[in-house]
Amino acid sequence: MSSQSFNRLTPYLFMAPAAIIMAIALFYPLLYMVFGSFRSWDPSQSLSETEFVGLANYIKLLGDEAFRESVSVTLTFAGTVVVAEMFIGVGLALMLDRNIRGMSLLRTLFILPMMIAPVVVGLVWRFMYHPTDGIFNRWLTQLGLPRVDWLGDHALMSVIIADIWQWTPFIFILSLAALQSLPRSALEAARIDGATGWQQIIHIKLPLMAPVLIVTCLLRLIDAFKVLEVILVMTEGGPGLSTEILALRISRTAQEFRELGEAAAMSNYLLLLLMVLTLGMFTFTRWQEARAQQLNKVKQEEG
Amino acid sequence: MPKIRLDGLVKRYGAVEVLHNIDLTMEENEFTVLVGPSGCGKSTTLRMLAGLDIVSEGEIYMDDRPISRLEPKDRDLAMVFQDYALYPHMNVARNMSFALRLQKRPKEEIDLKVREVAKILGLTEYLNRKPGELSGGQRQRVAMGRALTRDAGTFLFDEPLSNLDAKLRGQMRAELALMRQRVQKNMVYVTHDQVEAMTLADRIVVMHGGYIQQQGTPEELFKRPVNKFVAGFLGSPPMNFMDVTLEETGEKFFARGDGFRIALPGRLADRARRVGQSELTMGIRPSDLNFDAAAPDSEAMDLRVSISEYIGAQSVLICKCGEATVTVEVKSETPIALGETLRFAVRPEGIQLFDKKTEDAL
Repeated sequence: MSSQSFNRLTPYLFMAPAAIIMAIALFYPLLYMVFGSFRSWDPSQSLSETEFVGLANYIKLLGDEAFRESVSVTLTFAGTVVVAEMFIGVGLALMLDRNIRGMSLLRTLFILPMMIAPVVVGLVWRFMYHPTDGIFNRWLTQLGLPRVDWLGDHALMSVIIADIWQWTPFIFILSLAALQSLPRSALEAARIDGATGWQQIIHIKLPLMAPVLIVTCLLRLIDAFKVLEVILVMTEGGPGLSTEILALRISRTAQEFRELGEAAAMSNYLLLLLMVLTLGMFTFTRWQEARAQQLNKVKQEEG
Repeated sequence: MPKIRLDGLVKRYGAVEVLHNIDLTMEENEFTVLVGPSGCGKSTTLRMLAGLDIVSEGEIYMDDRPISRLEPKDRDLAMVFQDYALYPHMNVARNMSFALRLQKRPKEEIDLKVREVAKILGLTEYLNRKPGELSGGQRQRVAMGRALTRDAGTFLFDEPLSNLDAKLRGQMRAELALMRQRVQKNMVYVTHDQVEAMTLADRIVVMHGGYIQQQGTPEELFKRPVNKFVAGFLGSPPMNFMDVTLEETGEKFFARGDGFRIALPGRLADRARRVGQSELTMGIRPSDLNFDAAAPDSEAMDLRVSISEYIGAQSVLICKCGEATVTVEVKSETPIALGETLRFAVRPEGIQLFDKKTEDAL
């Protein structure tokens, strides 16, 4: 081999270990799952012993009341938390984007929930929601108000609150970064043009932050669809199916109901949903880049 | 259009005072230029006037109404920024009409106004473009258009031309001068470029180190600078400074330097006598030295030409006079050879003397 062609191969050689690990760790389980979803598969069988059933698992799921309930819970959960987190996170960022003494400490405090392990978050909130000893009900009793059955009648709301507490900081820090990179002079120009604080937010800040906000929102949505640990620790999906999100349903189908094929099919439905979201995000960033390129071209031409 | 008065304006950042006791009155419809090197406090002064920076001490009056605590929007001003500060997500028309839309003016009125201003500035065909799709000069024009559409009483300009290339800058400067004739408003203009200051201003305010050094018409400042800084800052090429010793011979005063001994005109001789100092700095503008081989010793300097910069009709000669470097402006057809020592007559009215320590003009 000539030294020149060897040189050309060098980068691929360096990338090979990572590529191989990636293939084994990512594509092998993925293909295994897709393959398994077309088969009737009990955990006691190895995959080669299983029977091919075509789309039966997928079709069965479409008619399955519990699966449909789980999808609806997942959509309600993801939709509610992302909307609430966007509002609170962006709102906080708009409020805290200023130079006040001690602001850096405050910002750090805001980010703390995101750094705690999800299992710990689940446990902490479970204790706080405890019907008699939890801090919320103790407060309510002290104020002379009736207790709330947090993890019973209002389980979905309670897990939503916990998720908002944990993940709002994510949106907060990204929005704050976006805000602080806005062109200062454009905001000053708006002040001189007569914009009040609200008008600056609506007409200048939010439109200029939009690209960051859209990507942040999609990232959070993708994450919210995959949530598992916090809910598993807090409610285990109950009571009934009221907080059984898809990830939990999948793990129960595989472990309790011993229907690996069905669980695989369910995972693929979730995967499809996430792919649509990811593609949406991808298209959006591509569109943005294309637009930026076009603008640059115009600028260069007129130079 | 209001008369603006700055009264004892002070700006501090923490313990550091960057502007010291600025007193300044701008008459109605005056074009005032704040000029000085970077860090002299000119932009801070403008930003305090705009309401973008908080006044630490002192007061700003518009027609005797104190405004230093008002929001920018309540001060009736429009501003053009150095980086244009256009709203990147709005097209040209919406950029220009933003202030009027916020005031909830009727749509027809806004359209009419925008089209009128766009016509003046030659922006009509770009009204639907976003700022990102415009060249630097066009963006500058949109920024100007946004200020004009506002129809405010006072216009503020913060180094509006410094992001443009030399040719475009000259062109925009001329357009600004034209606009100035059409729009009778107060204009306050900040620049570090003394050519912009000299060509545009009714009143120039030279600032340095957070102090106003001198204010007046361009001609006053050019002919009668109050100190060495103003003398050296205005005028291009800059004024020559040389160390001189005063000598009195009979009735006459002479400034003796390294290789020359020049008779001082009567008014300067009187002042020099009153000061009673003998070591001074003498300033002569390059245009006040004329090539004249026949000039008498007491009115001339002998300079050795080391570099000749051809500019066109004029040439700038960089010469040596003893150890000092002296620049001279001559007509290009003047017969000059490099390395030659030539005699230049000093125009007596052009001579300035400065105290060596305080740098104040005598």
